[in-house]
Amino acid sequence: METIQTDVAIIGAGGAGLRAAIALAQESPKLRIALISKVYPMRSHTCAAEGGAAGVIKDNDSFEQHFHDTVGGGDWLCDQDAVDYHIHEAPKELMQLEHWGCPWNREDNGSVAVRPFGGMKIERTWFAADKSGFHILHTLFQTSLQFPQIQRYDEYFATDLLVDDGRCQGFTAIEMKSGSMRRFKAGAVIIAGGGASRMFPFNTNGAIKTGDGMAMAYRAGAPLKDMEFVQYHPTGLPNTGTLLTEACRGEGGVLLNKDNYRFLQDYGMGPETPKGQPVLKTMELGPRDRVSQAIWGEMQKGRAVDTPWGKCVWLDLRHLGEKKINERLPFVRDICISYLAMDPVHEMIPIVPVVHYMMGGIHTDTKAATSLPGLFAAGECACVSINGANRLGSNSLVEILVFGRRAALSAAEYVAAAKPGNEAALVAQADASQARIDELFARSSGTESIAGLRKEMHETMGDGAGIYRTQEGLAKTSAKLAELRRRYQNIKLHDKSRVYNTDLLTALELGNMLDCAEAVAVSGRERKESRGAHQRLDFTARDDDKYLRHSMAYFNGLEPPRIDYRDVVITTSPPGVRDYSGEKK
Amino acid sequence: MTDNRLAARQIELEILRYDPEKDQEPHFERYSVPCINEWCVLDALNHLKDSIDPTLAYRWSCHMQVCGSCGMMINGEPKLACKAMLRDYPDAVIRIEPLAHFPVERDLVSVADDFMDKLKRVKPYLIPGKVRVPTEGEYKQTPAQLKRYRQFAMCINCMLCYAACPEYGLQPKFIGPAAISLAHRYNQDSRDGGRDERQEEIATNEGVWECTFVGACSEVCPKHVDPAAALQQVKVASTVDWYLEHFMSWVKK
Repeated sequence: METIQTDVAIIGAGGAGLRAAIALAQESPKLRIALISKVYPMRSHTCAAEGGAAGVIKDNDSFEQHFHDTVGGGDWLCDQDAVDYHIHEAPKELMQLEHWGCPWNREDNGSVAVRPFGGMKIERTWFAADKSGFHILHTLFQTSLQFPQIQRYDEYFATDLLVDDGRCQGFTAIEMKSGSMRRFKAGAVIIAGGGASRMFPFNTNGAIKTGDGMAMAYRAGAPLKDMEFVQYHPTGLPNTGTLLTEACRGEGGVLLNKDNYRFLQDYGMGPETPKGQPVLKTMELGPRDRVSQAIWGEMQKGRAVDTPWGKCVWLDLRHLGEKKINERLPFVRDICISYLAMDPVHEMIPIVPVVHYMMGGIHTDTKAATSLPGLFAAGECACVSINGANRLGSNSLVEILVFGRRAALSAAEYVAAAKPGNEAALVAQADASQARIDELFARSSGTESIAGLRKEMHETMGDGAGIYRTQEGLAKTSAKLAELRRRYQNIKLHDKSRVYNTDLLTALELGNMLDCAEAVAVSGRERKESRGAHQRLDFTARDDDKYLRHSMAYFNGLEPPRIDYRDVVITTSPPGVRDYSGEKK
Repeated sequence: MTDNRLAARQIELEILRYDPEKDQEPHFERYSVPCINEWCVLDALNHLKDSIDPTLAYRWSCHMQVCGSCGMMINGEPKLACKAMLRDYPDAVIRIEPLAHFPVERDLVSVADDFMDKLKRVKPYLIPGKVRVPTEGEYKQTPAQLKRYRQFAMCINCMLCYAACPEYGLQPKFIGPAAISLAHRYNQDSRDGGRDERQEEIATNEGVWECTFVGACSEVCPKHVDPAAALQQVKVASTVDWYLEHFMSWVKK
């Protein structure tokens, strides 16, 4: 097997991976950097983020406000030292992007403009129309092209971390165009592989978001933290799940039930605000968990709208007018016309909550280090705990920058002191990784189909791990996932060619999703309280005595994960009440 | 809301297949796929892969017209499969091939190396005119200055314009519409001072002067970037450069 020797290897070339690569190239220019991705960098799912990125820049804003919005929004499950670092680095990172050419929207005087977003007391979201993630990703990718020390490996699919002497020293990856496996031998590895929401039947995520990075770290012994916290975005298209940005509401769009009534006022987010004049942190600018739960409530009460795609509520943008929609939300308009054949300038748009983001992920400390020495993680695949039990919109595009760079600094520091590894042990592990793939190709007895198992996973995740959960449902889903993971051992490949074999890749992705899904279901089953995005019909209250703690899922072979807990870091904000009732007291 | 959006429809997909490990040359295979009227072509392909033939290879990810993965020839035209709505294809048969003008890696997957190399060559990153450090705050840029380049920054690198460009088909050295548009995007950015460096790549015979202004690039662009306009603007600007250099050398550029 060919070995590729490097200093720092990065798995994933979306926003976090690219930011890490650029930070290494600029701040440790002598290091060799390998940037590996299963897609070309500009295909990474960062491109789909629409709304924007939060950073304190305006005179009416303060770090304290950003801190409190984030910690309260996260239902006090955030680690406050991590939040503190995040909010202070945020404006520096966004300014750095401005200096790299990001086309942020502007005020008339030429300074950067900000827009309001859900759960934020002050408007602080930097934006580039409704394509903010796209512009951030392309700005980073294009900027990265000027650094010769960033060696890219596009369309390489990473399979297994190589761990010896208790530390991560590289990984194996399949070169997709040839099907050949390569061994990446690295002083340090950064995982920036994105989220795993494709484990759910109905989600906003691209096909590539299958939790590969999370699963790889998990199997290598790094625990997954707070996996039960899965964010539903309130406004997805009911047929495709396509995201309509929160900026729809930030710009003044309203949510209506079948009686054209702004129902959020019945769910602790009132009183009603004037239509088209959004008021921060109330009504349509409540946080995502609360708004999604309110939509679910309307469905239960029979006040949802019946559509060809099932029960929905309305998103009404018509009062914004064609000019503002074209200027601020052009992509939203395009998407509605393409997939629903409806024009938001003239019609109300049916929407439903849809799985969007994993708050949980690979446990890291505030320096982006995992519990496995030599392994670092950043972005959606990681859980440094700035998002707690519910992420605020526009914090994640900043997180990829702040902690992408932080992971790079930590990795560079680690590499400087790293000892050489035991070559024979690493080669043996890489050969074992190759043997597993070869066995899949050679297997003739397999009976399980990839699409079939995926469908069963989707059904059980939708049934038991959705927006509202119960002990019975989570137990059933956990048991089903254990069964699916066993049956996965008997899958069958139809495609036996080595060249760009997407049958093989979807099989590996399915295995990764099943591992992550089981961590979601079992962590959820064990958390007997309601907090943020984890809502239990049988334990409806938040229980700080028992569960003001992070859940930590440890891989346990074919058995379900072992769940442990870790204290939340509280510095200045003791747990309180989340208040989204505007000025009403 | 009663209409035929959810109506079932049987579609024949005629797909170019090529596996270099076993095929001497590409061939077409035909599949009868049960579809729903409101689907896009990508949905039909996904259904085919999950239920009929798991060996078909193609790229896709976002299913929302922004990642640029799923460019392919659909009935002979370069399209994003996630933007090609079945309602716009009333015929019973849809023919699907990999993007024209690129080598085929396998099935609908084309080799993107040439495009990636060209993208890098045009230096598509900010080369600051007057250097500021981030602690000095942002470069001021008015909405009007932003508007001068924003359209050209919308390129998703889907490569449809290369598949549409007859010049690129004839002369693969041509840097091509998307890469030149991106160079122009930075040239037009009020924060940038790197135009001279980029002109060495794009104001050449392999650059804009290869373009015969057919305009097919702009017609197929799914993001309305209008690469043809970018190329034309670069031509005009480099013509002005030439005159300034040769006939008016006393005038400072």
